[in-house]
Amino acid sequence: MTGPGRLTRDDVAHVAALARLELSEEELDLFTGQLAEVLDHAADVASLDLAGVAPTAHAMAVTNVLRPDEVQPCADRDEVLAQAPSVEDHRFRVPRILGEAP
Amino acid sequence: MSSPRPSTALADAVRSGTRSALDVVEEHLAAIEAGDGEIHAFNLVTAELAREQAVAVDRRVADGDDPGLLAGVPVALKDNLCTRGVPTTCSSRILEGWQPPYDATVVTRLRRAGAVTVGKTNMDEFAMGSSTESSAFGPTRNPHDATRVPGGSSGGSAAAVAAGFAPLALGSDTGGSIRQPAALCGVVGMKPTYGTVSRYGLVAFASSLDQIGPLATSVGDAALLFDVIGGHDPADSTSLNRPTPRVLSVLDDGVAGLTVGVLTEFLEGAAPDVVARTRQAAEALAAAGARVEEVSVPEVALGLSAYYLIAPAEASSNLARYDGVRYGLRVDAEDTVTMNSHTRSLGFGDEVKRRIMLGTYVLSAGYMDAYYNQALRVRTRIIEGFAAAYARYDVLLGPTAPTTAFPLGAKTGDPLTMYLSDVCTIPSNLAGHPAISVPFGAGDDGLPVGVQLLGPALSEGTILKVAVVVEDSAPAVPSPARAEAVRP
Repeated sequence: MTGPGRLTRDDVAHVAALARLELSEEELDLFTGQLAEVLDHAADVASLDLAGVAPTAHAMAVTNVLRPDEVQPCADRDEVLAQAPSVEDHRFRVPRILGEAP
Repeated sequence: MSSPRPSTALADAVRSGTRSALDVVEEHLAAIEAGDGEIHAFNLVTAELAREQAVAVDRRVADGDDPGLLAGVPVALKDNLCTRGVPTTCSSRILEGWQPPYDATVVTRLRRAGAVTVGKTNMDEFAMGSSTESSAFGPTRNPHDATRVPGGSSGGSAAAVAAGFAPLALGSDTGGSIRQPAALCGVVGMKPTYGTVSRYGLVAFASSLDQIGPLATSVGDAALLFDVIGGHDPADSTSLNRPTPRVLSVLDDGVAGLTVGVLTEFLEGAAPDVVARTRQAAEALAAAGARVEEVSVPEVALGLSAYYLIAPAEASSNLARYDGVRYGLRVDAEDTVTMNSHTRSLGFGDEVKRRIMLGTYVLSAGYMDAYYNQALRVRTRIIEGFAAAYARYDVLLGPTAPTTAFPLGAKTGDPLTMYLSDVCTIPSNLAGHPAISVPFGAGDDGLPVGVQLLGPALSEGTILKVAVVVEDSAPAVPSPARAEAVRP
C-alpha cells in the first residue's frame, strides 16, 4: 500500500486538540484503535491509482445561485439571543479571549 | 391490485368530512401513550400542538376549505428538523433544550398541506449511526422485537411508523439513515434525489450527502409525502431549481417493458435469507413484465471506504459550530478556548467525537490528498459506474441492509462493524441518486427484510412505480401487535 502510515496515539491527540476535544488517557487508547481500524479499511481507496480522475465534491453540482439584492426579513434578534448561554447588551457574551496584558 | 394506502385514505376521509382530524390525532396520541414507554421512538411528543393543528384542520373542513393533501394525517419529525419554539436536539446533549428560531422548510410545507405534527423522533446523535444507539437519550427499540435495534439513524421515525404511532414520518438520509431503519422496521423509506427536498432547517451532518425523505406504511403514502415536501426552495442554495419529478400520476403504471438490474455487489455482502428475499422480489418483477438480469457495478464496492472519509470530513467542518457561544450547552471556563473544549467534550458522545476526529485527520496537512481527495475521485468512479448501468437498466435492485435487525448492543463496541450496515445504501448518497426501501417478507428470524430500488437522478417516478409492484407481490411480515389498533 502506498498510503500514509498507520494512525498513532499522537496523531489522535493532535487532531483532538485541533477539534477542541479533550480526551482522557483511556479515551485516547480506545479511539486510536478504533480510528486506525476505519482508516485501515479505507486503505483500499488510499492505494488506488486514480491519477487523471476528477474529484467530485458535490454530485448534483449547482453554481452561482443568486437572488435579487432585496431586503428580506431575517431572524428576530431577541428570539435568537434568547437561545444563547450568556448575553450582554444584545450581544453574545463569552469568557476572556486574549491573554492578560504583560 | 394495489396495496392499501392508509395515509392517503386518512387524508381523503378528513378532507371529505367523514373523519375528524382531532379524533385521528387522539387515537395516535393514545397509541403513543400506551406503547412509547417501551419503544422510545420519540424524544418529545407535542400533544397540545398536535391537537391545536388538528382542530384548525377540522375548522377549515367545516368552513368548506380544503386543508390539503395531508389533511389531518399525523406525521412524526426526526429530531434534526428545526421546529420553531419546539426543542430540537439531534439526540445530543450539546443541543438539549435548544428551541430553533425558525421552522425547516419541510415542516412549513407539511403544515400548509394540513398535516398534524405529533413530535420529534429519536435518532443516532447528529444522525451518526446505524442503530439509534448513539442517541444521548437512550436507544429506540424495534417494534417487531424489543430486544433488537430499529436501525438508524432515523430509527425513531421508522419505529414510530412501524408501531402505529404515526402513519408518516420524516427522516434524513446521509448514508442510508432512512432506508436502513425502514428495512429493519418493516416500513417504506425513500431517499430522494439530492436537491429535490429543501435542507433548510435540517441540522447539517454531511452537506453534500444529507437529504430529507419520507417514511410510510405504503409506497403510495411515501410518494404522497414526497410530493408535499419536494420542490425548489430559495432558502437552500443546493435546492434544484427545476421541476420535481411527478410521482402520484405514475404510481400505478406497472413495470411492463422496464429493465431491472439485480446488483451483484449488494448480494455478495448480504445474509442468505436477505439474498433469497431479494431474488424473490426480482422474480416478482419479471412475472409482472419487467426484463430482469443480474448486473455487476464493481465501483460500488468502494463506496463504504469513500463514504467514511467524505462524511466525517464534512461533519468535522459542520460540527465546528457547536462552540458554546450562541446556542445550546456551555460549560464555563476562564477563557473561551477552554470553554469551547469543555463544552464539546461534555456535549458530544463517542461516535460524534470519533467522526469529528476522523474528519479532522483526513483533512489535515499531509493526509488530505491520500484520503479526502482520493475519496472524492472514487466518488467520480461510482457515479460513472452507475451511469454505465443506467444506460442499460431503468432501475437497480438489491437488499437495503445486509441483515435483518440485530440485537441491541451487538455492534456498539466495534464502529467498523456498525459502519458495514450501510454498505448497500451509501453508493446512492455518494451519487446523489434516489433509492427506496420496500418491505419484502421476513428473514429466517421472522424479522422484516427490505429490498431496495435504485435509480438515476430524478427517477423518483420510476423507482416508485416499480416499488408499488414489489409491494403488491411482497410476502406478509407479522405486524407488531400494537400497530393494529390505529389502522384506518
